[in-house]
Amino acid sequence: MSTATATPSTASVPTAKGKVTQLRVLNSEWIKLRTLRSTPITLAVAFAIMVGLGTLITYVHASHPDHHGHTELINGAELSLAMYRLAQLAIGVLGVLVISGEYSTGMIRASLSAVPKRLPVLWAKAAVFAGSVLVLMTAASVIAFYIGQAILSSYPAGGAVKMSDPGVARVVFGTALYLTVVGLLGVALGALIRNAAGAIAILFGVLLVLPALSDLLPASWAPHVVPYLPSEAGGALLNVVPDPTAMAPWNGFALMVGYAVVLLAAAAVMLKRRDA
Amino acid sequence: MIVASNLTKRYGEKTAVDDLSFTIKPGIVTGFLGPNGAGKSTTMRMIMGLDMPTSGSVTVNGRPYAEHPAPLHEVGALLEAKAIHTGRTARNHLLALAATTGIGARRVDEVIDLVGLHEVARKRAGGFSLGMGQRLGIASALLGDPATIILDEPVNGLDPEGILWIRNLLKGLASEGRTVFVSSHLMSEMALTAEHLIVVGRGRLIADTSVEEFTRSASRNLVRVRSPHAEKLRSLLLGPDVTVDSSEPGTLEVTGLDSDRIGTIAAKHSVTLFELAPQQASLEEAFMELTRDAVEYHASTTTAGSVA
Repeated sequence: MSTATATPSTASVPTAKGKVTQLRVLNSEWIKLRTLRSTPITLAVAFAIMVGLGTLITYVHASHPDHHGHTELINGAELSLAMYRLAQLAIGVLGVLVISGEYSTGMIRASLSAVPKRLPVLWAKAAVFAGSVLVLMTAASVIAFYIGQAILSSYPAGGAVKMSDPGVARVVFGTALYLTVVGLLGVALGALIRNAAGAIAILFGVLLVLPALSDLLPASWAPHVVPYLPSEAGGALLNVVPDPTAMAPWNGFALMVGYAVVLLAAAAVMLKRRDA
Repeated sequence: MIVASNLTKRYGEKTAVDDLSFTIKPGIVTGFLGPNGAGKSTTMRMIMGLDMPTSGSVTVNGRPYAEHPAPLHEVGALLEAKAIHTGRTARNHLLALAATTGIGARRVDEVIDLVGLHEVARKRAGGFSLGMGQRLGIASALLGDPATIILDEPVNGLDPEGILWIRNLLKGLASEGRTVFVSSHLMSEMALTAEHLIVVGRGRLIADTSVEEFTRSASRNLVRVRSPHAEKLRSLLLGPDVTVDSSEPGTLEVTGLDSDRIGTIAAKHSVTLFELAPQQASLEEAFMELTRDAVEYHASTTTAGSVA
């Protein structure tokens, strides 16, 4: 169906050829993601935190037993992956910057001119970033886990665990899943707030500060509120032995994903409605 | 072809674009002229679907821009210099934009050469000068070889060589049958580049006319003549529709005759001319006259005795 217009254009490009598709926008966002120096650097930092600092903290912990000679107060898997709490800062910030960086530089106008339907840009950004984080953080978690267990097993009371132990594989791979969702929350907030400082403040206000404030709640309220905070709900996945005060591991994670989906949907609505 | 009908954009109390209707035809360069804050950029953003009109509508090649399946092949736009991530190289920026519509690296390198950014294509755009940013913006506008090209103040920041280059580029694009819509706040620039003019002030349409017509109605057809035989020349030039003034000895200001006629008459009577200058400045004056009431931001003119 070639729509022959009356324009005497010498530049007749077959329309079907240049059609904007979700796949092409994905490719575009993939190019964008890897052609900024900040992306590989930040992801490398997250990787180094998980593996390097994870190894260090495991070693320090194992080599300094407490007065009673115990080291296994923390499960070996959780210990070797504990640095996810720090790595989430890098992942969350990068998630915000993936989109707020386009607003601060004016790039967003070029992006939305190329894809005026707009939503494919948001989906592609979220998918490309989440995919990259998931792959890298899965690798980081698995490596940190095995190095950590190797260290722990060299101490008599180190408390090393095996991947096949109940709940361990869930925690190892769940760590990468948790970090991926933190990244998606960042992307959604970046799209909603459009300003890096604001979006980062909200992201870590919710993830890190809200749980710390839960002590201020009346004791009778806390059990009805705290487990449902995004970080606590998602964190339920990361206990080898499920915490009775937290949500069930996969239910908790599903709730965290739900928060990200709601925020992304809100970001989509606003992206479609607001002027760029 | 760009068609705006009753296009209106309000930001709260402020009306940026007020009931604007116009048609931009293919095959010529159309200038979009108005003082700062007249609503030119807002109008162009609405054409590109970046801002939603409060009311009214605008179509490009028969449809709203966002409804084209291959938008970069329909319209190429430079809306502001440096609509680019500062951390990305020029080439990667273009590759990312090109990828959305399936354009490959070959075309990207082609437009890079076309705008003369070959040397810096692999440098990060954060270090680009305003002029280089403009060239990069023009490269991205040309990526899809579009039939319609929209440029917002493209000569800003360009050196004289760059200005000449863009003038010729625009004329060339129009002669290929494309629709070329270029905004500027400089009448003199538009007089050299454009064939048709849309003049706006405070968001309203002031004039929709050909440059030729605008120039004719605007300029007072004043020609400045300097001659050692000024008085002899004056009597030779005077006629029913011709007035000759003189502000200083040896200088005449002639209206009613163009410079060609004056030069011919002078030659025929062997009158030496030192200077024969059509007064082009009147064009800029006419534009200012036209938009005086519509200028958004007046510089406060401090005259002697009135110090704020």
